[in-house]
Amino acid sequence: MDDLLSEFLTETSESLSVLDVELVKLEQNPEPAILQNIFRLVHTIKGTCGFLGLPRLEHVAHAGENVLGKIRDGELEVTPDAVTLILQAIDRIKLILGHLEQHECEPEGNDSELIARLNAMAEGRAAPAAEAPAAAAPAAAPEPEPAPAAAPQPQPVQPEPVAAQPEPAAEPEPVEMPAPKANVPAPTPQPPAVREAAPAVAAEAPKESAVAAQTIRVNVELLENLMTLVSELVLTRNQLLQMVRGRDDSEFTAPLQRLSHITTDLQEGVMKTRMQPIGNAWAKLPRIVRDLSVEMNKKIDLQMLGAETELDRQVLELIKDPLTHMVRNSADHGLEGPEERKRAGKPEVGKVVLNAYHEGGHIIIEISDDGRGLNLDRIRAKAVANGLATEAELDAMTNQQIYQFIFKAGFSTAEKVTSVSGRGVGMDVVRTNIERIGGTVELKSQPGKGSTFVIKIPLTLAIVSALIVECAGERFAIPQISVLELVRVTNNSEHGIEMINNAPVLRLRDRLLPLVSLKKLLRLSDEGEGERQETFIVVTQVGTYTFGIIVDRVFDTEEIVVKPVAPILRHITMFSGNTILGDGSVIMILDPNGIAGATGESGMLGGAQATDTQLVRDSHAEAKTSLLVFRAGGSDLKAVPLALVARLEEIDVAEVEYSHGKPMVQYRGHLMPLISIDGSTQFRDEGRQPVLVFSDREHTMGLVVNEIVDIVEDRLKVELRTDQPGVIGTAVIVGKATTIVDAGYYLPQAFGDWFGNPAKEYGEEEHLQPRILLVDDSPFFRNLLTPLLSVAGFDVIAVEGADRALAMREQGHDFDLIISDIEMPGMNGFDFAAAVRSDGRWQAIPLVALSSHATDKDFERGRTVGFNDYVAKFDRDSLLQTISQLLAAVKGAA
Amino acid sequence: MNQIVPAKRQGTDLAAPEMQDYVTMLIEGQMFGIPVLTVQDVLGAQKITRIPLAPREVAGSLNLRGRIVTAIDVRLRLDLPRRREEDKGMSVVVDMGGELYSLMVDSVGEVLSLPAAKFERNPPTLDPKWREFSMGIYRLEGKLLVVLDVAKLLDFTRSE
Repeated sequence: MDDLLSEFLTETSESLSVLDVELVKLEQNPEPAILQNIFRLVHTIKGTCGFLGLPRLEHVAHAGENVLGKIRDGELEVTPDAVTLILQAIDRIKLILGHLEQHECEPEGNDSELIARLNAMAEGRAAPAAEAPAAAAPAAAPEPEPAPAAAPQPQPVQPEPVAAQPEPAAEPEPVEMPAPKANVPAPTPQPPAVREAAPAVAAEAPKESAVAAQTIRVNVELLENLMTLVSELVLTRNQLLQMVRGRDDSEFTAPLQRLSHITTDLQEGVMKTRMQPIGNAWAKLPRIVRDLSVEMNKKIDLQMLGAETELDRQVLELIKDPLTHMVRNSADHGLEGPEERKRAGKPEVGKVVLNAYHEGGHIIIEISDDGRGLNLDRIRAKAVANGLATEAELDAMTNQQIYQFIFKAGFSTAEKVTSVSGRGVGMDVVRTNIERIGGTVELKSQPGKGSTFVIKIPLTLAIVSALIVECAGERFAIPQISVLELVRVTNNSEHGIEMINNAPVLRLRDRLLPLVSLKKLLRLSDEGEGERQETFIVVTQVGTYTFGIIVDRVFDTEEIVVKPVAPILRHITMFSGNTILGDGSVIMILDPNGIAGATGESGMLGGAQATDTQLVRDSHAEAKTSLLVFRAGGSDLKAVPLALVARLEEIDVAEVEYSHGKPMVQYRGHLMPLISIDGSTQFRDEGRQPVLVFSDREHTMGLVVNEIVDIVEDRLKVELRTDQPGVIGTAVIVGKATTIVDAGYYLPQAFGDWFGNPAKEYGEEEHLQPRILLVDDSPFFRNLLTPLLSVAGFDVIAVEGADRALAMREQGHDFDLIISDIEMPGMNGFDFAAAVRSDGRWQAIPLVALSSHATDKDFERGRTVGFNDYVAKFDRDSLLQTISQLLAAVKGAA
Repeated sequence: MNQIVPAKRQGTDLAAPEMQDYVTMLIEGQMFGIPVLTVQDVLGAQKITRIPLAPREVAGSLNLRGRIVTAIDVRLRLDLPRRREEDKGMSVVVDMGGELYSLMVDSVGEVLSLPAAKFERNPPTLDPKWREFSMGIYRLEGKLLVVLDVAKLLDFTRSE
């Protein structure tokens, strides 16, 4: 059987058995909550069967829903007649379902009479219309009674359903009508409890036969209990292992080993039963969207990213319906028809993107469309009409706040109620369901651009790998997923924790890392951080914000099952949950999001621009660059951008060897040439000599200096330029005139193949600050060329790959010139050039290829795909010249 | 005070008519009781993990057969001084809305079956804090038993 269909059947029979109970409850106690639930269930059935192409089912459900809608809106009262009628509709649905299950098609027949009665009820003409058929039905009851009973029976004997069907075919109206009602009239006079049981049995019996064969549906609670038991088993096993570990030749060792293995397997197995990729919940969506696009005459492209993201099945079940609703909404309300899209200057095909990923201990699911966005005016009008807010209140709200009204119950802005959506179930149910599992749903919308829903679900039940740390004698778990690296800081280590007005920071490579003291944050103790011999810094990333958490010790990583904290502790945002470790102790799980928020960085978390573009332009203006300040060949201060320096080393002067009269040392298994800053090597007589190590791929060279003074963060603003080789210019660094050394000058001295000729002059200075995009996968060259080009008066943005560059094109960045490497992972330079030239706004921008393989053939190929010029990678001089020429040519042409 | 009557009636439905079973506990010499059916477990001293930033009455959390139980120091909840280090103490585990809480007391005593006739309302002179957590008083031989309202005891949203 079609997967979709079998799933629909299982799901619907479950919904139906719930419905029976709920309806009876409703009759006794017409509570809005129950009604809402019934309405939603019927709505779901209707919606789903609409997509599956089951018109008969859909019509019955639609009519039933109409009645329920009226009741919900208070236009109809809950009378026994109404309930009876709806129950009849449900029984009809069951009957059709039963047939569907056996024959995979809807039975022939006609429900117009039932639908007419439902519609009559909906329009308020209920009483007389319902009376007559109700009276007629019992009369017909005894006769057709055997029909449904017989229907399943012939099945094994006679596979063809035809035998049972001819009758309705001959006399469609009279016979078919009583037949589906068979279940109903008989129980009608009985008390509700019995009536409820009878159809349930009827529906269940055939259902089991088909579905039971493939899978067993197990209550999640059972799995949950199983999980708890397994955890206990693991703990007991650990205790036993601990006891035996002390003795060498215990007779228990071997069996215990076995027990241990089995326990581990069991634990994994049970855990696996609970985890499912989110793609399972999405499986139905392409079909739904496809059918929707046909029905609504729209062109829709559904993209699903991160389908493999694993989710606890319980959570999965709970978000499945909301997700379906939301995708449906995006496709139905969000996206415009092709005509409207064309008018708005958008591609005809509308996009709905589903994206799931883990972030900071949460699972994030984004549903975005590029449609028309939410209609603010209509939401306002509706909010006023429904009495949710006054005009004045709305005026005081931001647009984003107003959008949130769509999450209120009974709120639908669709102009007409389609069979797809627009009844106001949906968003409020979505929100309720998500909040029930402790998640949040956010909404962003831009008129004309589309809307994005972001569902954030805590890892309530998910299994994560966590780093166990200790602080002030207490242990905590940090989700491994947000940990970037660990840094050990001792009293005498090179980079210590420094304070800026009591705010601890750490110099980590080329960046200043803000630190958070866990001890202070959690108020574990009042003592400071200073007196410890060594501390550890857990470098943590949340969104685009990176910070370090200071802890005392770091233990192992452990797989943990996140359990929610008790309700009385939910207000503490520092914890995302708690768990039981292998040794049986309870441990709190830190929430990096909460910590980032508590340290005042919550604003950065939602940073939409998460691109890794290095906006070097900023380094001119306000952003600071880390500079390594040193002395060499004189007493004046010199500096190089720290990012260029791979390592700082001290070499033993005694280890310096000479070859061809040039000094070098054996360094990490290779020969590293040593270059001095002013040409004449002045090694110390003995002891250790500080060396700046520059490294790119297999090349490593050492720049001999007299003394390393400091690492500072300052604006790199070259004030005085110079023609002196090896010097970019002079800048004021921390209040002192400092020579900025051009590392690029020294590299060719070490390796002939690094550069052609050392540059003597710079290209003509550009005052207009043309913007240059530099595409190179090597961070070294990005760091090398960026200051070089900046200093020559260009505004440089460096990216590490063609994909990123093309993404910037999409984002609307403009450049005067593009420099691209040829050998890059992913899309290479030739392909990139072809892509730039093929279409888009960048078609006319001059392109310069940059490569170490500068053969004539490459030149030729480069020109064919669209490069304007080709420059060998290390020839700075001709690079600058080429740039100037190309820009001048463009200017001349313009 | 109007909750007392329905609460009591609910209890008597479960037990023998007009009789209610209580687990008794001692804190600072005062006897307290909670309905026996709400009690899941009685524990001795446990290894408790401190929870930073939690309300001071929350002593921490502990592992009870694979479930995480939040421990509440009833002394602090009742504005009594902290238990002395050397006193081990005992705990009564209760279920509240599917979550387990361990109420830390000095000691846990026997289960008493008490007739409704001996039940009294809180005397108006009772400390407001105690009055909040007490459902009423039973007159026993020689002493009084305060019936703790576990739901209110664990409702931290009101007291903060």
